[in-house]
Amino acid sequence: MKDKQEYMDDLKEIRSIMERSTRFISLSGLSGVFVGIIALAGGGFAWWYLKDTGFLTGETLFRASGELLSKIKLFLITDGIIMLILALISAVFFSFFTARRKGLKLWDHTTRRVLINLGIPLLSGGIFLIVLIMNNLLYLLAPVSLLFYGLALINAGNYMLSEIRYLGFSEVLLGIMAAIFMEYGLFLWITGFGVLHIVYGIIMYRKYDLAK
Amino acid sequence: MKNPIKSLNKIFDSRVRLGIMSALMVNDETDFNSLKQLLEVTDGNLASHIKALEKELYIIVDKQFVGRKPRTSYMISNAGRKAFEKHLDGLEGLMKE
Repeated sequence: MKDKQEYMDDLKEIRSIMERSTRFISLSGLSGVFVGIIALAGGGFAWWYLKDTGFLTGETLFRASGELLSKIKLFLITDGIIMLILALISAVFFSFFTARRKGLKLWDHTTRRVLINLGIPLLSGGIFLIVLIMNNLLYLLAPVSLLFYGLALINAGNYMLSEIRYLGFSEVLLGIMAAIFMEYGLFLWITGFGVLHIVYGIIMYRKYDLAK
Repeated sequence: MKNPIKSLNKIFDSRVRLGIMSALMVNDETDFNSLKQLLEVTDGNLASHIKALEKELYIIVDKQFVGRKPRTSYMISNAGRKAFEKHLDGLEGLMKE
């Protein structure tokens, strides 16, 4: 017979294994904060770059053409790719250290499951964004990227820390608003990818990273 | 529950078996290496505990070939789920006493 304390430890062990074997818990709140800062910087840079083109006020948002249009397209693609690369690096970087601190392997079946569930909607959204750029539908970039990103987070949220789903719902909401109020697209994009990431990052950092 | 100790299952006295069952309760199917990583045990140790659970018909072993490589995955059986839930009830009952 084991004593009561040992049975209590058994229960703790069961809970911990169930948690570790289903959820990807190596995501650090700091990734969120850094991704948010990157989006603020990239989005702010776009704001600064585009403010004289009339692209933000709606004057040329729907009607940009010729040299101006190619200039804006090239800028948005470059800005977007740089932000994407920096965001991926910071997510991997902080997850690596969080996994090590928690004594977990960074690459296991929970990581694979999260990447697949994030990856399918994100890749579809990414391809959709490329098609939009090819067809000069630049005013749809903000709502579409917010919507697909939000849906990806909701989809993968079951296998991640619970706050991720709420972040997903918030992004979808902003995406819908960006589709309705298209002149505010960039502003809402910066809110969704910048401000929300930082807010959720801080909440999750305080709740999970500082706790243990 | 009158006597929670009676609900406890001797098979689950081992931490490794407890771990295997916990992981299989919440996953559709899990392969050998994932279990090994999760529970931090040696190949031989894990294999012997898996064999014990398989003998009780608590888990289902599924051997498939991916190309030429064998790939073994494990699932919990209905009997296993019932037995483990009963064991959990027993543990919780004990805690309440």
